[in-house]
Amino acid sequence: MIKQEYTISLFTEDHIGILSRITLILTRRQINIESITASESAVSGIQMLTMVVRTTPEMVNKVARQIEKLVDVIKVFVHTSTEIISQEIALYKVSTKGLMSGSMIDNLVRKYHARILEVTPEYIVVEKSGSKNEITDLLAFLEPCGVLQFTRSGRIAVTRQVKELNAYLKEMDEIGRPSHEPSEIYN
Amino acid sequence: MTVKEKNMNGTDTRVSGADALLRCLIEEGVDTIFGYPGGTIMPVYDKLLDYSQSLRHILTRHEQGAAHAAQAYAMVTGKPGVCFATSGPGATNLVTGIANAFLDSVPVVFITAQVVSGLIGTDAFQETDILGISMPVTKWNAQVKKAEDIPSAIARAFYIARSGRPGPVLVDIAKDAQVEKLSYSYSKCTYIRSYNPVIPLHMRDVESAAVMINHAEKPLILAGHGVTISGATEELKALAVKGGIPVAVTLLGLPAFPQGHRLYAGLLGMHGNYAPNMLTNSADLIIAVGMRFDDRVTGNIKKYAPDARIIHIEIDKAEINKNVQVDLEINNDAREVLTALLPLVREKSRENWIREFRILDRIEYEKVIRPETEPEEGDIRMGEVVSLVSELTGGNAVVVTDVGQHQMAVARYYRFNEKSTLVTSGGMGTMGFGLPACLGAACGNPGKPVVSFIGDGGFQMTLQELGTLMQYRIPVKILILNNGFLGMVRQWQEMFFNRRYASTEMVNPDFVAIAGAYGIAAQRVSRREELRDAVKKMLEAEGPYILETAISREANILPMVEPGASVSEVTLTY
Ligand SMILES: Cc1ncc(C[n+]2csc(CCOP(=O)(O)OP(=O)(O)O)c2C)c(N)n1
Repeated sequence: MIKQEYTISLFTEDHIGILSRITLILTRRQINIESITASESAVSGIQMLTMVVRTTPEMVNKVARQIEKLVDVIKVFVHTSTEIISQEIALYKVSTKGLMSGSMIDNLVRKYHARILEVTPEYIVVEKSGSKNEITDLLAFLEPCGVLQFTRSGRIAVTRQVKELNAYLKEMDEIGRPSHEPSEIYN
Repeated sequence: MTVKEKNMNGTDTRVSGADALLRCLIEEGVDTIFGYPGGTIMPVYDKLLDYSQSLRHILTRHEQGAAHAAQAYAMVTGKPGVCFATSGPGATNLVTGIANAFLDSVPVVFITAQVVSGLIGTDAFQETDILGISMPVTKWNAQVKKAEDIPSAIARAFYIARSGRPGPVLVDIAKDAQVEKLSYSYSKCTYIRSYNPVIPLHMRDVESAAVMINHAEKPLILAGHGVTISGATEELKALAVKGGIPVAVTLLGLPAFPQGHRLYAGLLGMHGNYAPNMLTNSADLIIAVGMRFDDRVTGNIKKYAPDARIIHIEIDKAEINKNVQVDLEINNDAREVLTALLPLVREKSRENWIREFRILDRIEYEKVIRPETEPEEGDIRMGEVVSLVSELTGGNAVVVTDVGQHQMAVARYYRFNEKSTLVTSGGMGTMGFGLPACLGAACGNPGKPVVSFIGDGGFQMTLQELGTLMQYRIPVKILILNNGFLGMVRQWQEMFFNRRYASTEMVNPDFVAIAGAYGIAAQRVSRREELRDAVKKMLEAEGPYILETAISREANILPMVEPGASVSEVTLTY
């Protein structure tokens, strides 16, 4: 079966060790994580992880179920790139001399919609957010002027689906929460 | 509150972390702990003396033994087992036992001690990262560095271990947290937001299952450990009887269906029975209940059940579509699903289908079973020993095994029924499991004899636990089936490596003398005529007893689904 790119978005309790448990599952299946981003989610106390992996549709579903089974994982979503709106951000540190030649700067802003963050006599720092391809294109464009450093963030993504995490949490609460909390307190 | 304050008003309800831990265990209904002490866990052991009325501690001779014993205790009592170990080597010695419980879905709460919190991460003396080491083999684990966090960690540990698909959990408690004081209160955990073991039943799926079953001509039920874990044996039997559906079982599913029953189809898998393996590939519907299509069960997965649609009833969603692609998944507790399914299934007899099993049974009986269980000459065979014990116990026993040929002989020739309990190492196949497991099982007071079958190889992996048997006079009956070889490996060498016996022959000690040194009654038999009386004597003995039986040195366990073969390409004779 053909491998393709998937964005796995998952919500976890903010517990130590949970990231290790998640990566263990991917490691056992020899799945490389192409990028990973951890952040807070819209619900306080809940962490969101966004991982980009390349694998088969069959395998991504298997690992998603194994990840969702982890005690501290709340919900796992698997998406292909069409199902999400995603961005990455990249920083390029370029030699000033190189960049100042020709109409490079003009193109940078007009054609590539990049931002300039810092200018010194030696280097200029450029910022660009966009898709992976857009970021790679800009890198290729800048290459001739001498790229001193380049770094790209992991992917961040929101889904096109309408049902939000809060709705899932509510559902899970309704299924799982016992009708009465145990009241005994022992001393 | 300081010590001074406490002395002045005398109303301090604060207790040490160690004290709190033991109180939590008592709250959870624990009465037996298996373990081994050491530096960092000493505050807990010290407190154990104050609770000796309610908590019995069994000192094994190795932490691996404590882990296996706790697992076996859980398997016979249905309550989570509890196991203590100290930091560093104590904790790492548990790993095989934790992994074994993990693969066989048995709830065990492992408590390890850790160096004082300030030293964690510094490679302090006897510090190991047991949290990291145990991560892939625990359902959940956590470290506690403050005494006040002990009760909630223990409450979670028990809840997670026993709910859903059960499994081992580990709580690592820093030494200072054991000593520090806290205001103790305890409430059991009944809910964790990110973990929902209770799954709503989708009746529509159950209805679809019923339609598939009612239309099938050759349905076959595959029953696994999940059936006994969920307490669904009665429901399973009712379904099988109503639908006229034969029931095949996995190794850990053996006690899920009585072997005397006309619908019992036999053991699945590599050394399973002929009929259920062959007919898996004739079935038009497979109803898998609480099992996970392990490779030892399926053989070559590409040629597995080609004509069958598959219904998978399984509480662990991650097991569904993992090894085989199924047609209908019902991700729920076996008992709940079977209960809902029963009224929707039509009464049928399916006599022709059942007859197919009986025909193959006959072939297996003539070619394999009779020569193995009723030989008239030659050396003693494992099968005849097992069937003799089966006959003399009437199935009413806790049957414990180690791993190897004898384990397969037990699986094949012990006649399990509603009264039997099986304690064996399935998923891991851990040699050395048998001896500590049988003592753990006996500590669970099962109200029936505990009989353990162990190979001469596996016995020597954990034989130090004879010391535990001696110290606590644990009345287990141990059969050492001595073939002088690492039998199962030798069999593979014979069949697949041109009989090149590389490091499988063993020079063995005098097992009866070893038993004698531990004050344990023992006997050796090598002649068929002595066997029956020797087994009777063993079963009637009061305390622990070891019966060593000399077994045919180069006998093979057959039939066999050879590696790479399909389940319908069984080798019957070799
Ligand atoms: C800890 C461990 N090491 C190695 C093995 C591989 N192994 C499986 S069966 C077996 C031979 C067991 O020999 P014995 O205990 O004498 O039992 P028999 O097969 O002869 O009944 C071995 C070495 C294992 N299962 N577990």
